[in-house]
Amino acid sequence: MTTADERLGSASRNEAPSRLPAWVENGASDRFHPIALVRDLWTYRELARTFAVSTLRVRYKQAAFGVAWAILQPLLAVILFSIVFGRLAGLPTDGIPYPVFNYSAMILWLYVSLGVAAAAQSLVENRDLITKVYFARPVAPFSAALPGLVDLAIAFVVLLGLLVVYDVTPSWAVVFTPLWVLAAVLVVLAAGFPLSALNVRFRDVRLALPLVLQLWLFASPVVYSASLVEGGWKYVYALNPMSTVLDGFRWSIADGPPPGPEALVSAAVVAVGLVVGLVYFARAERSFADVV
Amino acid sequence: MAPQTAIEVESLSKRYRLGQNLGGYTTLRETLAARRRRDTQEDAYLWALRDVSFSVPKDQALGLVGPNGAGKTTLLKVLARITQPTSGVSRTRGRAGALLDVGTGFHPELTGRENIYLNAAILGMSRREVDRRFDEIVDFAGLERFLETPLKRYSWGMYLRLAFAVAAHVEPDIVIVDEVLAVGDARFRAKCLERMSEFGQEGRTVVFVSHDLGSITQLCRRAIWLDHGQIQADGPSEEIVQRYVRGSVGDVPRIDFEPDPTQRVQVLAADVADDEGRPLDHPERGQPLTLRTRFVVREELPVVSVALSVQDQRGIRVLDEVWGEHGADVLTIDDPPCEVDVALTVPPILPAGDYLLGVWLGSSYDSFLEQEVLRFRVWPRADDPADEVDRDRVAQPPVRWQVRRADLR
Repeated sequence: MTTADERLGSASRNEAPSRLPAWVENGASDRFHPIALVRDLWTYRELARTFAVSTLRVRYKQAAFGVAWAILQPLLAVILFSIVFGRLAGLPTDGIPYPVFNYSAMILWLYVSLGVAAAAQSLVENRDLITKVYFARPVAPFSAALPGLVDLAIAFVVLLGLLVVYDVTPSWAVVFTPLWVLAAVLVVLAAGFPLSALNVRFRDVRLALPLVLQLWLFASPVVYSASLVEGGWKYVYALNPMSTVLDGFRWSIADGPPPGPEALVSAAVVAVGLVVGLVYFARAERSFADVV
Repeated sequence: MAPQTAIEVESLSKRYRLGQNLGGYTTLRETLAARRRRDTQEDAYLWALRDVSFSVPKDQALGLVGPNGAGKTTLLKVLARITQPTSGVSRTRGRAGALLDVGTGFHPELTGRENIYLNAAILGMSRREVDRRFDEIVDFAGLERFLETPLKRYSWGMYLRLAFAVAAHVEPDIVIVDEVLAVGDARFRAKCLERMSEFGQEGRTVVFVSHDLGSITQLCRRAIWLDHGQIQADGPSEEIVQRYVRGSVGDVPRIDFEPDPTQRVQVLAADVADDEGRPLDHPERGQPLTLRTRFVVREELPVVSVALSVQDQRGIRVLDEVWGEHGADVLTIDDPPCEVDVALTVPPILPAGDYLLGVWLGSSYDSFLEQEVLRFRVWPRADDPADEVDRDRVAQPPVRWQVRRADLR
């Protein structure tokens, strides 16, 4: 009797000073909280990092060229495009040497398109995790947007080399470079969140995405200059946020023309896309484990 | 002082949609087509859980028993927040860790070391915790030499050891375990059980599902019997297991299942016959019994073996027979679909009482089917004394007595 009491007593002594953990509720709820979703993402930041690191490790294991692919991919594309568009079509490049003009946009574009594709597959590819463990679901598409940044950083070093070779000096605008990279991340998230959730329900996403990305590439100023678009069309063109992101990146890196007021249209598109995307994700999230 | 509550479940219900969607995702076209014939779909729902309520005090171990499809796994998934209920609510206090499978998230290309970090992060351990306990985990798994080897080069046994070593070092306040013990060899199972009971002794809340009723009574003082998504009984585990096995023992030990083409392996029928294959309506103790089951395999399977088991009403596994010597006999299903008939004749050893026949189909790597298929009663013989059923024994083979009295005077 006494021993049982003592045990209880000691247990409660251990418990008393520490706060009781809060109740965590799992109920049928139609409410959705984009804010809670972002907070979850913060709570699970370590898992996001682990996912990203694992993805990087897996990607370059058993690949003979390893990390060199981060450079080879954009470089091969640029060589191809330089021959076709730079030489043959003779497109205007705002006074920037074509390889620099093309490569600077290409590395950022590759980050976005590969990031969107990876994010879209992130839930479907982790079916096992979704159905067997709890973790904040937004971690999956979010962490899919991270590994590409490493490739981007590597490719960026080569860009610096190209600047030297072609004797291009960036203006003071170079300080905004991180801003455009951040904008690219936001574009990936704005597209990646809803696409990953949509893919859980409709596998059409995976089939349609390569085509959509291909079209998106040509709707973005990667191989050509946005200065081809004139007048009021600029605002329509800016509905594709990549037009502003790529132009801005070139402005910062290669002393291209600065983005105009139509950049605000792009910013609005990304902001609305993020909110709508997160809301859709938060709503769809509830049935992931049952449907995936 | 009232004990603290760790889990609270209030009128929890969970509905799944049957038909195409049950198998998972759809394509857009299917959804559009389904929308057109929505009215015919209304009855196509399955209630995996229906109005389930209970609460679990902190540091209690709770066992869940019930036939396949009773809603046990769904309940665990709701408790672990993996899926949301259709109505009702479940609340948990403290970190809940679900082990619904071993090695969740393992990546074959990564090394043992990398997988430890990945798996631990998925199970909710922080990097610092893993750093601190890394050596313990490696010790526990006994795989020091293979830390830098990619997981794809591991044997199944090594894979299990690594997976379980990580799981055993996660320290959630609420441990949710589903059938993890069903995989691996006897030693592995014993190790799992041992760790599970440690979880209990450490004052953690444990919710545990297993087909092995013996381990339920061994680990848990309390059990809940689920059937068709509803709580049939809730109480001390011995009592619940006994009631579950006795449960709805029909008069005739025979059962047929509706064919379901979505299942790759499915039991179609099971019954009890005599040693010449004549079905028995009223099996009695003291006669040889043939336990039979038929299943259909709808996809190609590599070499597989079959096992039949019999558990008594206390959850003791009286029989657990693998086809052939140590599972040496194997089937290869290379031309599906096909039906397989299995019959196991048991000498007259089962005492009168209620039993549960279980069937398993699998290989050393995977189990494709593990299911309790048939409850049956072995009746006392007409000349047995009335209290025959209540004797506490596991076997009652034909015996020969020799009692001699020698007068010493």
